[in-house]
Amino acid sequence: MAAHKIKHALFCALITLIISYPILGLNLEAQGINVTLSGADAGTLMLVFLAAVLVFLFQLFRDHIMGKVRALPFLQPSQREAMAENKRARIESWVITGIVVLALFWPFFVSRGAVDLATLVLIYIMLGLGLNVVVGLAGLLDLGYVAFYAVGAYTFALLSQYVGISFWMSLPIGACLAALFGLVLGFPVLRLRGDYLAIVTLGFGEIIRILLNNWTSLTGGPNGIGGIPEPTLFGMEFGRRVKGEGNTSFHETFGIAYSSEHKVIFLYLIALLLAVFTALVIRRLMRMPVGRAWEALREDEIAARSLGLSRTAVKLSAFTIGAFFAGFAGTVFASKQGFISPESFVFLESAIVLAIVVLGGMGSQIGVILAATAVTILPELAREFSEYRMLVFGAAMVLMMIWRPQGLMPMRRMHIELKGQE
Amino acid sequence: MLEVKNLSMRFGGLLAVDQVTLDVKEREIVSIIGPNGAGKTTVFNCISGFYRPTGGKILFRGQEIQGKPDYKISRLGMVRTFQHVRLFNSMTVVENLLVAQHRHLNTNLLAGLVRTPDYRAREKKSLERARYWLERVGLIDLANREAGNLAYGQQRRLEIARCMVTEPTLLMLDEPAAGLNPAETRDLDQLIVSLKEDYNVSVLLIEHDMSLVMGISDRINVINQGRPLASGTPEEIRQNDDVIKAYLGEA
Repeated sequence: MAAHKIKHALFCALITLIISYPILGLNLEAQGINVTLSGADAGTLMLVFLAAVLVFLFQLFRDHIMGKVRALPFLQPSQREAMAENKRARIESWVITGIVVLALFWPFFVSRGAVDLATLVLIYIMLGLGLNVVVGLAGLLDLGYVAFYAVGAYTFALLSQYVGISFWMSLPIGACLAALFGLVLGFPVLRLRGDYLAIVTLGFGEIIRILLNNWTSLTGGPNGIGGIPEPTLFGMEFGRRVKGEGNTSFHETFGIAYSSEHKVIFLYLIALLLAVFTALVIRRLMRMPVGRAWEALREDEIAARSLGLSRTAVKLSAFTIGAFFAGFAGTVFASKQGFISPESFVFLESAIVLAIVVLGGMGSQIGVILAATAVTILPELAREFSEYRMLVFGAAMVLMMIWRPQGLMPMRRMHIELKGQE
Repeated sequence: MLEVKNLSMRFGGLLAVDQVTLDVKEREIVSIIGPNGAGKTTVFNCISGFYRPTGGKILFRGQEIQGKPDYKISRLGMVRTFQHVRLFNSMTVVENLLVAQHRHLNTNLLAGLVRTPDYRAREKKSLERARYWLERVGLIDLANREAGNLAYGQQRRLEIARCMVTEPTLLMLDEPAAGLNPAETRDLDQLIVSLKEDYNVSVLLIEHDMSLVMGISDRINVINQGRPLASGTPEEIRQNDDVIKAYLGEA
């Protein structure tokens, strides 16, 4: 046993050395046009060696250490009695209302950058909630979700460029067009499940991106589309000068000094409104027959069919509704950036949104919201680690999956009171 | 009510079901028995639309249904259970029953989003029906448990309740007593008879438990190697020489 442990610990230490020595211990230096390889200084090498020793010791005494850690009081599951179901639900809804109200007033007191980041968080929340319908509830692994996001964004960009349609007009059009794409993708993949479905949707996502990249006459290709207008408030613009015909400017109408922050805050509030709308609609859908049908089909397709659920209708509705909200998010994104290019809709985006759903806990709305916040803000907070920030991010994800594989906030089943039940 | 005429099902070179004919009348319990691999479940799968039969006719209340998609057949009022319990495991017991009532509900998206009176009324009625059947099968105290956490016997009963909330006219049970202890089998026996007596449901049953089959069936069909071997009342079957040779065992 002991010999086996030492062998394992030595192996782990060796792996640490193999991975970290070339990355940290060898430097490539550019000298003119030549690149030379040089060893790092003694301090770094010492650190690499120290890390290997640390890994060795940890692996050697792992059972002992982990046993101590598990025994720590604050990691113990609380022994408190579970609250009554209705009481807990009431407290929860109060807390959520409180957070939304706070979110309404918060942007007036913080910096422009923070508000901008918060808008991005809200966009990811919309995406996460939408994908949660497809992956979390209906159990259809969709790796090309970003395609619908792109459809929403490009719909707005193209319509505003060629037809001059405003944000508010474009919002439903973009969402509906994305939903239509969801429907179109849904048909061929009806019979596919799991891995096969993942591959087809992945391909679909790439098709959309490559199409946008190469259809230069329409989309401008890799150059993207710029000059996307910001949303207006009842015909009031937020720029310093009025661009649209017949519009007035916000700061003149209210007689206040122009500030570029107004625009950012206004966009944030729109995103907040849409995110709350998305959350409420999907929450309601989850409790409706269609929501239960999604889950039933995920749980056991054959049983669901034997009870009269049509696989076609149920799967297509999940794809369509998921895509619809991605279209929403896309429109807001295009408006926020003012410029979009196919580069914003690469596979990594799909992966991040999927990570949000998985980290949050499949099917759980609060979980998805928390995860979207964490996944968007963490890389920003970790900026001081500069090039290591993705490493920190990845480590956080791995740790999450070890300690809470069911996600931050696993989905809780709705408690249904039956009359006449004691 | 259900008439199956010369049903055949071929999988490549294997003729799994060959010219099977059977019928179920109103308020009747009909059993299909036969050795393992005789093709009983294949007959079930053909009738319920999971397989498209390669030959023969299936009439349900005068309507030809062979080759129709499974979910449409079940909406006609013919639902089935499975040899291995198939519940929606991570959903609660009530939710399992609500899903089953899909076709009785107002599934219009907008109606649900704005909660129209019709939507609410139907939702309430389906909850009421779920409560009734949970009480009937004795699972009311477990209503909000996850279905996957129930004991096996309870899961079996929930599966039958889930069929019954769809208000079927024909219930098809595939080995409902498999894995139940003698006491549970007796309860099941009573439940099936009561479904017929009190709810006017016809039952088509596949079962290996001979005491159950002989006790409750009005008629029995014996299938051997895909071919019909005999059919008749339990008494006739008990005395049929072919059946005894093929299945019941020579004494």
